[in-house]
Amino acid sequence: MAIQNIAKERIIEICNLYKNEPTPLMMILSDIQKEFGYIPLEVQEIVSEQIGLPVAEIYGVVTFYSFFSLKPKGKYVIGVCLGTACYVKGSQAIIDKVLEVLKLKKAGDSTEDGLFTVDALRCIGACALAPTMKINDRVFPKLKVSDIPGIIKDYQEGKVEA
Amino acid sequence: MEKKLLNIKIEGHPYQVEEGLTIMEAARKCGYDIPHLCTFENGLCSRGSCRVCLVEVTGARGLIASCVYPINEGIDIHINSQKALAARRTSVELLLSNHNKNCQQCIKNGNCELLLAAQMTGARDDMYQGEQTETTVDEIAPGIMRDTSKCVLCGRCVETCKALQGIGVLGFQKRGFKTIVGPADNRSFSESPCMQCGQCILVCPTGALLEKSEIEKVDEAFKAGKKVIVQTAPAVRATIAEEFGEKIGTTGTGKMVAALHRLGFHRVFDTNFAADLTIMEEGTELLNRIKNKGVLPQITSCSPGWINYMEYFYPDLIPNVSTCKSPHEMEGAIIKSYYAEKHNLKPEDIFVVSIMPCTAKKYEKTRKENAAVNNLPDVDAVLTVRELARMIKRAGINWQKLPEEEFDNDLLGKYSGAGVIFGTTGGVMEAALRTAKFILTGQEAGFLDFKEVRGQKNVKEAEFDLAGQKVKVAITSGMANAKPLLDDIRAGKSPYAFIEIMGCPGGCINGGGQPYVKPCFLPNEKDNIRDTYRKKRAAVLYSEDERQTVRQSHNNPDIKAIYKDFLGEPCGEKSHHLLHTSYNANRTRFPKK
Amino acid sequence: MAKIRNAQDLAKKIGECEGCLKAKFEGKDGKRAIVICGGTGCLSNKSQDIHDAIVNKLKEKGLENKVTVNFVGCFGFCSQGPFVKIFPENTLYRMVKLSDVDKIIENDIVNHQVCEDLVYVDPNTQTKYPKQEDIPFYAKQKRVALHGSSMIDPENVEEALGYDSFKGLAKALTMKPQEVIDEILKSGLRGRGGAGFPTGRKWQFAHDQDNKMKYVVCNGDEGDPGAFMDRSMLEANPFNVIEGMIIAGYAIGAKEGYFYVRAEYPIAVMRLKKAIETLNKIGLLGRHILGTDFSFQAHIRLGAGAFVCGEETALLNSIEGKRGMPRPRPPFPAIKGLWQKPTIINNVETLANVPYILRVGAAEYAKVGTEKSKGTKVFALGGKVNNVGLVEVPMGLTLKELVYDIGGGVPNGKKFKAIQTGGPSGGCLTVKNLDTPIDYDNLIAQGSMMGSGGAIVMDEDNCMVNIAKFYMEFIADESCGKCTPCRVGTKRILEILTKITKGQGTMQDLDYLQELSFATKNGALCGLGQTAANPVLSTMKNFRDEYEAHVRDHKCPAHECKDLMEYVIDPNKCKKCSMCARGCPVGAITGVVGKEAFKIDPKKCIKCGACMSTCKFGAISKR
Repeated sequence: MAIQNIAKERIIEICNLYKNEPTPLMMILSDIQKEFGYIPLEVQEIVSEQIGLPVAEIYGVVTFYSFFSLKPKGKYVIGVCLGTACYVKGSQAIIDKVLEVLKLKKAGDSTEDGLFTVDALRCIGACALAPTMKINDRVFPKLKVSDIPGIIKDYQEGKVEA
Repeated sequence: MEKKLLNIKIEGHPYQVEEGLTIMEAARKCGYDIPHLCTFENGLCSRGSCRVCLVEVTGARGLIASCVYPINEGIDIHINSQKALAARRTSVELLLSNHNKNCQQCIKNGNCELLLAAQMTGARDDMYQGEQTETTVDEIAPGIMRDTSKCVLCGRCVETCKALQGIGVLGFQKRGFKTIVGPADNRSFSESPCMQCGQCILVCPTGALLEKSEIEKVDEAFKAGKKVIVQTAPAVRATIAEEFGEKIGTTGTGKMVAALHRLGFHRVFDTNFAADLTIMEEGTELLNRIKNKGVLPQITSCSPGWINYMEYFYPDLIPNVSTCKSPHEMEGAIIKSYYAEKHNLKPEDIFVVSIMPCTAKKYEKTRKENAAVNNLPDVDAVLTVRELARMIKRAGINWQKLPEEEFDNDLLGKYSGAGVIFGTTGGVMEAALRTAKFILTGQEAGFLDFKEVRGQKNVKEAEFDLAGQKVKVAITSGMANAKPLLDDIRAGKSPYAFIEIMGCPGGCINGGGQPYVKPCFLPNEKDNIRDTYRKKRAAVLYSEDERQTVRQSHNNPDIKAIYKDFLGEPCGEKSHHLLHTSYNANRTRFPKK
Repeated sequence: MAKIRNAQDLAKKIGECEGCLKAKFEGKDGKRAIVICGGTGCLSNKSQDIHDAIVNKLKEKGLENKVTVNFVGCFGFCSQGPFVKIFPENTLYRMVKLSDVDKIIENDIVNHQVCEDLVYVDPNTQTKYPKQEDIPFYAKQKRVALHGSSMIDPENVEEALGYDSFKGLAKALTMKPQEVIDEILKSGLRGRGGAGFPTGRKWQFAHDQDNKMKYVVCNGDEGDPGAFMDRSMLEANPFNVIEGMIIAGYAIGAKEGYFYVRAEYPIAVMRLKKAIETLNKIGLLGRHILGTDFSFQAHIRLGAGAFVCGEETALLNSIEGKRGMPRPRPPFPAIKGLWQKPTIINNVETLANVPYILRVGAAEYAKVGTEKSKGTKVFALGGKVNNVGLVEVPMGLTLKELVYDIGGGVPNGKKFKAIQTGGPSGGCLTVKNLDTPIDYDNLIAQGSMMGSGGAIVMDEDNCMVNIAKFYMEFIADESCGKCTPCRVGTKRILEILTKITKGQGTMQDLDYLQELSFATKNGALCGLGQTAANPVLSTMKNFRDEYEAHVRDHKCPAHECKDLMEYVIDPNKCKKCSMCARGCPVGAITGVVGKEAFKIDPKKCIKCGACMSTCKFGAISKR
């Protein structure tokens, strides 16, 4: 996947935003992740040239933090909360069901059609709504295992706006 | 300034030690060796992460990593407390539970710091069992191998690559139990901007980083009945004896030659011959540049690690780099041309083995630019000093009982003292200076010892009068040291005419293929051996230089003969074909996969 | 708003704002005000839509000039959200739905009639509580760190100024830095982030360093799963936390401060950002604050999803653009911290206490609490408890009061089993610990810790081995991987726990668990690693019999471990309706509708629990 020139320019622009920061790496990567959805090696090389850190170090940072991803995520990111409050109310069964319905092996995986990525989240802070999950920014409160197939079907069939 | 003395206690005994030391250093001075893994070079790399050096300190919460904890007045240290003993043992047992324990076939066996720590802590076999971190084995790069199943995540290699070479090819990646060390994207060294210098191998405590062995390749050549000719680099004689338990700084030339003879090599040559050849070629190249207002400064090209670095990071400086092949490549090309011709041998039947202090030379020999005769590689196999020692041990040869023998005097046998000192930083420069005046004017230089260019300083500079012309030169080694000089050239403000750059800090005597200098395995060396070993090894070369009757390259009779009988003149057409090379300006740091 | 140039300006402005806010709360000139909970929990539950609908409805009725509408921070009583509150009557509506908006406007705003069906009803006594202050959930609470929460508009500095903000700063700037530190020392304030180190002492170390550059870092990387105190404080009253940071900066001699906030908290970050911008505009941040020589600037840095960055030195590395791996100590951050400069790192709640201490004085502050733990503590009360939410209680309250009086006890008539405090670094406390007054030292003595304030209640259906496994999974996943005991040790502990929950454990495994847990505790590099095994150690201490049941009897007493339990249908209760069989994803349930009770084939059953949640007759149970 070649990085388009426009993307390259934009990445350089992002790097320049933080020119006066002593250690801008995290901010640059956060911006890139937000804007492009992932931070592949080629992008890391551009950042490396701009801020003078070795690519291996940037790669180390990207793979350390779970918010940064090397691969593009699905159109819908399903985040199942596995915080303690949700866990004691059965969120493990929720995520198991989500994975089962989407035929995925583990959290972090994406479906082949690029529609869904499933993430395990550590507390989204909506503990009163436990167990919960998010699809992009929408929060689904007080879930039951039996709710899952229907919710996913709605997204699969395009009944929900992205 | 006098350092303040602090009163400390170890196991209840009072000691006085100077301020500023860690517990581990202080303990060593008082006669205690605390097991350790991640710490190295007193502070260059101390992550305090392996937890193998834990001790108990009265009043402190939890146990203390002695490698990073500074002593203070009145500190009361317990190395032998039951709690500390148990914790150190568990740390090692946990490391072993995620370690590929095929020790018997591991090349590092005998030099493995994890095994030593296991012995010292009394770690129990297979105490904890479970899943292993996903393993990556990189055997693609010609110089260096990486096997993450042996890695203990000490971080020494990461720090070394970054601090000494300024590159940072290696880094930690992922986190938690999945953490590994490797080049970005977990690639092979050959798909990353790695110069393959092997400095990482020298610091690795286990078998996670190793040279890629070519012993089998040499065996195959013998089996196939080839004429296997071996050459040894200048720096090998300064260190090979260490592999057999001799003290650092012991000359090994004669015994090494004797051993090579016993290993069945057809001829045993000294790369020094080619070093002399290099001086003739490179010196002529320099003077031509000065005369013809060519690109200056000229930079040496003997170190393939440096060449790799240059191609990756400073390809715009290619015009500055001497086109001379490195000496062993020259020697290989001469063996397959001149020597083959004289002896009526087919170049295809010759197999050239180079014994080198270097891992980058393993890569260098694979370059298509280094195949002068019939597209055959100039050199067929490169063995490090450590590999040679393994071959010698494998053959049952007892080093102590070996006689001293001479290199084979067969066309390429003679060498000058100038060639010998190629093995240490400043050596190439000194050798060149000894010959420069002669090339320029046909007259001998008045003196031979250019002491300004010797020593282990990061960057050395000097100014010389060459037949009325002032010439400024600089010498450096290790890429972190070289970088400012290179940036100056790039910016057009370098004051030098000639720069010697070696990839490894200190030059070849500290090459990535040299014997390990691990204080924990060197009970007969002084505590400060890490600070002195390079100087001791260099001293071996300088004293061999002094013992030579011929100490200038141009006065080596075999050099005179080869120019007369075969090459014609330095930098002439034949030289150009056999002894010079070209560089790649388009090397991608991370080639697309 | 005009720039506030000096203390007189500030006093004047505060006077004005107090007047305005009082007018709003008291309904001067017949005006009414509606506030809506804008905390993350309620926003997740559509409070934005409710807000918009109220605004539209008021417009429709031509009331937009008579009634003000704004968001406020968290009400704390999250399980009853979303909340809508009406001033000046103080009427609190709970569990408001979009469809309730018309009713609220028509009945209450237009006709001044309370909507009876929307007020809180105590489930135990059936008493109705139309006013917030009367609800038992709030009775034992005391709001210090949560000052302003659910009262003021977090995006409006004038409301903050009208609600005590910056009085503490004004006071501090009339004192010498050392006097400010002395005040904090006297107050007995201890770090609210975990270990409870005395805040004043931390400040003193940094103050005593001779260095031009020093930093204040606010740790808002609340990684404890099931805790959201910091987020609520930043969302509800960012001004209060910023004020605390400025005071800290003044005390230690720092000119710059950094908020390190989890990226998972977009609303908190947005409000914090707005607040910083506003304060810069009006001169309460920036150069020469209140006309003094003291200048201070605050910045925000976002986390990127690593629990370990809640550890202070890992957090510093993260700000420095590195992998969030802890540094060995010494040197301590107060000596060499951010960019090697003296740095104090205080948790959000710690800083949120600071303005109050300056405002009312250390002596007043220290009246609340126990001998060694002063003031209040915010807890995120969750799990198997009726009243889930955010509560702030005086130190010294007992766990029983927390769980029963405030939390309303365990739902569905189940039995209380344990309360987990301190998150992954803490431990599980049992019935026998319930009378323990909450403070730092008591919790540690009982085998848990205060931590950042997560308090998760567990009932008889929760398996304690499984809970320990849950925490170890979390820790092993979030371990930075730097030191051996945490990187490999937690993995091995997790493997043993997994074995046990599958019924494959041995008695020797229990010994290994103990041994490894102690090794991790003694040998790990950072505070997180050293406490990583606490959930195992505390459950092994308090629920050893449960561990042994898994190992010896291959039984999970709570019927939670899938490999050690099965679902069964009671033929006497089965109505033969086939609902369960139709819901079964693997066809493990057979029977004949109306004729034959249904049965589960244990060989086919994948133990998903779908049948149990479908059966309306309670015929299916775990065994």
